[in-house]
Formats: sequence, structure tokens, C-alpha cells
Amino acid sequence: MLTKEDTRKELFTMGHTGCSGCAQSMSVKLILEELGEKTIAASATGCLEVFSTRYPESSWRIPWIHSLFENSAAVATGVEAALRASGKKEGITVIAQGGDGGTADIGLQALSGMFERNNDVLYICYDNGAYMNTGYQRSGLTPYDAYTSTSPAGKESFGNPRPKKYMPDIAMAHRIPYTAVASAGYPVDLKKKVRKAKSIKGAKYLQIDVPCVPGWKYEPRYSVKLAQLAVQTGLYPLFEAEYDKIISVKKISRKVPVEEYLKLQGRFKHLFKDEAGRAEIEKIQKIADENIGRYGLL
Amino acid sequence: MDFKLGIIALPGAAVSNKTGSFANEVPVYKNKKCTGCDLCIYFCPEGVVYGSKKEKKYGYDPDYCKGCGICAQECPVDDIEMILVEK
Repeated sequence: MLTKEDTRKELFTMGHTGCSGCAQSMSVKLILEELGEKTIAASATGCLEVFSTRYPESSWRIPWIHSLFENSAAVATGVEAALRASGKKEGITVIAQGGDGGTADIGLQALSGMFERNNDVLYICYDNGAYMNTGYQRSGLTPYDAYTSTSPAGKESFGNPRPKKYMPDIAMAHRIPYTAVASAGYPVDLKKKVRKAKSIKGAKYLQIDVPCVPGWKYEPRYSVKLAQLAVQTGLYPLFEAEYDKIISVKKISRKVPVEEYLKLQGRFKHLFKDEAGRAEIEKIQKIADENIGRYGLL
Repeated sequence: MDFKLGIIALPGAAVSNKTGSFANEVPVYKNKKCTGCDLCIYFCPEGVVYGSKKEKKYGYDPDYCKGCGICAQECPVDDIEMILVEK
């Protein structure tokens, strides 16, 4: 039973200025429900920081600190070290958050340092596949052939020419105790992974697929549908790993051709114009099939 | 708005920002075929849906709903309908 008054007491409150249908705010809400009020959060510059802390308002009911673009992992490390030094660490979860650009491109060195020191911090990467906050520029986690403002599609190009960086593999290569990939389309799975990460001591990495309405160019009501299609096509494999071993994967219940996922999004619409685009869709299908084989998703 | 420490806003102060003005469409919770699955609560990006699994009855807060329509799209029994807002 949840009453109207209860909803106003959420740890991540309503009244933020996220876009209508934002999957990132949905994920943050679910994560904080699971972590509880004894949590300290650091956020890198990005959509989340901008829409949740519009001066003079804040959507956070927990201690929250804004770091630079590149050092949310380092700031969280400092918070955790201070808690340990003052003997207050017991029962408190420290999280660091960033977007895909803030994690895989700009913040990678600070994140790698955090993994190496094995600080007791949960790092959460909200992956919407580009620098959405500043106007949809390409990042290391932009998927193959996606249109962004710095990888536009046209006569010479089909959009982003490089595949998505295998960020969870980089985390696993650090042999940290827990790495997980989740999706806004599967909230129960997401909550389960957050709960598990909370129970483990040491550095944790959680990457979440969060569809972005203006960046991916689709109707707001499809946020959850797209997140689920990304999993069901095999383009976004969900799994958990301990150290360098994958311990569980989310199996695909009904395999979907990538076309169904791509055609709902404006950032892939150039692939549906001609024969050459058709060949590109085949290549994306190949990426999905490789994922299915690699993680054993079927 | 109350301030305590210099320029630090109070926790959760964003509640003063009524984002319901974003909405072009708003949901209507019919509560007829509802099975009490709670998905509308899970999937609401704003956290404005409330209700009871037991009574199979849900509603939303029009002061903050941005009208994205995810609840209507994801409702497994089509018990939520989106209607245009007249402004």
C-alpha cells in the first residue's frame, strides 16, 4: 500500500526537471528505494546532476555531492575514506554515479583507480549511449551506427562507426568483487542487483541501460519497451560477475530481430532508407548474435 | 524557500516544483480490470503513482505527472488510458 503522502517522501523526490518518460530518473528512484536513507551519493556532471539539483531545489533526501565530470569515483573514495577514518562507516553505503560519457570516457582513470584500491563504493553508470545533456554528442558507449550530433548519418556515414566499448569487461579486468549490468526495463532484476551490491564489501560496478527520449528520438511512452527490446534482441546482455567470472545471465525469453528495436528510434532511421542501410542492420544483427553466443543468452 | 547553510537547498526541496505543467496528456486509471501487479508504480519515472496491490486500485498525482504515458503503455491489462489535457 502506497499513499499519495508516501510518494512525496521518496528519497529521490518528484519535482525534478527530467524529460517526460526519462528512464534514468526511474532507475534512480528504484535504486534509492533499495539502498535506503543511509546512503551518501556523489554525482558526476551529467543529466542526472542537472535535472535533479536545479538551484535552489534538490531532489535528493540523502547527502549528495556534485563532483567534476571526471572524478565522481575519486570523490566517493574520499567520502568512504573519511567515514572509515572517523569510525562511522558501519551501515553506510557510498555510491558514485555518472553517465556513460562520465564513466567510460572522461571518468575512466578515476574509476580505474577506485577499482584498483578496492574502495567500498558502488559505482553506477547510467548508460544512455551519448552525452545527452549537452546535445547528444557521441561517447565511448554509443552503439554502432547510431546518429549523434558528432557522428551524423549522411552520404559518407551511417552514424557512429565504432562498436560500443565493453565497459563491464574493463571493470571485470580489475578483478573487483562485483560487476553487474541491469536495465530500466527490468526493475525487479535491477533492484535485486542493487541489493546484492549493497551486501558486498569492496568496489562494485553497476551499469544500467536507460533509454533517453530526446537523444534516441522516440515517443516517451516507449522508454520501458525499448529497454526490454534491447535485452530481448541481445544488444544489451544483462549479467552479473564476481571478480572475473560471470555468475549469472538474464536469458532471452523471446528472441526479437534487431529491426524491431531499431525502427522505434529516430537515431537509427537512416538505416531504413535504402539497401545499404539494410546491410548495416545485418551487421547490427551480427553484433546481437555474437552477444547471444558469448553470454549464452538463449 | 527556506535556506539553512549559505547556498545549500534543503533535502527534497524539488517538491516545490510542480512539474504537472509538462504534461500534454494525462492518464486515467480506470481500476476495472486491474490485477494489482504494481508495474505502474515501478515504471513511473517521477514516482507519482500510488495505490494498493490488495484493493487493486491505483491513482496518480496530477501536480507532478509529466504525462509520458509509460504506465498506460506497460499496463498488462490495458486498464490505463491517456487523454489530452486542455490548457
